[in-house]
Amino acid sequence: MQTTLTVNGQAHGLDLDPRTTLLDALRHHLELTGSKKGCDHGQCGACTVMVNGRRINACLTLLCMHDGDEVTTIEGLGGTGAPSALQEAFVREDGFQCGYCTPGQICSATAMLDEIAAGWPSHVTDDLETAPVASIGEISERMSGNLCRCSAYPNIVAAILKVAEARK
Amino acid sequence: MKAFDYIRAQGVEDAARQAAEGATFIAGGTNLLDLMKLEVMAPDRLVDINRLDLAGIEEEPEGGLRIGALVTNSDLANDARVRRDRPVLSRALLAGASGQLRNKATTGGNLLQRTRCLYFYDRDMACNKRRPGSGCAAQGGVNRILAILGTSEHCIATHPSDMAVAMLALGARVEIRTAAGETRLLALDDLYLLPGDRPDRETVLAPGDLITAVLLPPPAPGRQTYRKVRDRASYAFALVSVAGIVEMAGGRIARADLAFGGLAPKPWRDPRVEEALRGRQPSPDLFQAAADILLAEARGHGANDFKIPLARRTLVSVLQELTAEAQA
Repeated sequence: MQTTLTVNGQAHGLDLDPRTTLLDALRHHLELTGSKKGCDHGQCGACTVMVNGRRINACLTLLCMHDGDEVTTIEGLGGTGAPSALQEAFVREDGFQCGYCTPGQICSATAMLDEIAAGWPSHVTDDLETAPVASIGEISERMSGNLCRCSAYPNIVAAILKVAEARK
Repeated sequence: MKAFDYIRAQGVEDAARQAAEGATFIAGGTNLLDLMKLEVMAPDRLVDINRLDLAGIEEEPEGGLRIGALVTNSDLANDARVRRDRPVLSRALLAGASGQLRNKATTGGNLLQRTRCLYFYDRDMACNKRRPGSGCAAQGGVNRILAILGTSEHCIATHPSDMAVAMLALGARVEIRTAAGETRLLALDDLYLLPGDRPDRETVLAPGDLITAVLLPPPAPGRQTYRKVRDRASYAFALVSVAGIVEMAGGRIARADLAFGGLAPKPWRDPRVEEALRGRQPSPDLFQAAADILLAEARGHGANDFKIPLARRTLVSVLQELTAEAQA
């Protein structure tokens, strides 16, 4: 199935078996191995990427469903030379141990902070009509789709909170 | 995953025609692809409906809301009119899944998602829903998450949706476009079938029927809440959930719309419970009596026996919350 999409600002045309997930297309065909395969069932969040600015599980969607879409992976957020604010904060706050879930955590957190900025409420937001504010409780709830089996959660939340507070 | 043909629908008519000829609709795909990877579902052909023009939320002249079938769970939860006038729906959506899944999952797909019964997912196990006639290994098995109401000897699976529970309390109707090109409206409660002796049949939809929208009536007066009890504080299915809308008048319950999740093979509503509350002064005895009616026919299967007292306590707590102001 022919699919044309933009990944990290670069246009790609791929003609692959329709069974190919977006995640497998990124990792095996575009050599963008930053996005990780954890559970492959949308439960762990290691494969989180942004499609048209929104975070999704790349393992639970087919490449062919994304004709014309714009995808951003961890490689598109920054690198060793020019890390994003969240990447820098994860290093500074020691927001990981083995690092396998980290690309998904950072992609997820990047889009999640945009969701807070856009005023999206969460399960723990007291008032649905008041703009939410990033807090430990809000971040933990909103990041529950990203598991960390090393359980680096306190430092992951601390890193995200640092960036959220710097943006205020 | 088994091989399949993939088609991008050219329009609603094209999509319905493809489905009438045996194709399976794919929208968000968050449940379908999960099941296809496990080969619990193995469609020969997928028709992708994501580009159809069904992603809008429109206010209707008389104050109702028309929610397109492709509106994502995130967009619906965040819609200002839903947050302001139908908070029970926002709350239910926000209590479900994860941020990533809500960004992909759609309104129509959420209604039609399959049970998370472990035996449905495990192809080595007997499951009448997956393989009719093979039996139900959940009875006498690990059934902590399964149903206590509306079950049959053939199936005790629960419907997993939070969104549908809130929509049921709100009196939602489902707009369906048939393969013949007709549009019909169905009360949400009438969309679902109880398992009986055919648990593989979950809805009244015929091949080629496409859910195009969910229609909500104008906002109802009263207070609303969605209470979800689960094993984790976030990102877990409901053990028991209650969507409640209660209107008080003169210290009495003028109206109580209640729907329940985690208890039954479909979002559950029992008009007898609502009738018992109507016109009465709130009191602990009244709430217990309402729970007696709700649970009169409840039956546990061992590991899920706890759901009977849990449902009672959750209902009583929700009724206390929604009638509290009037009591004070």
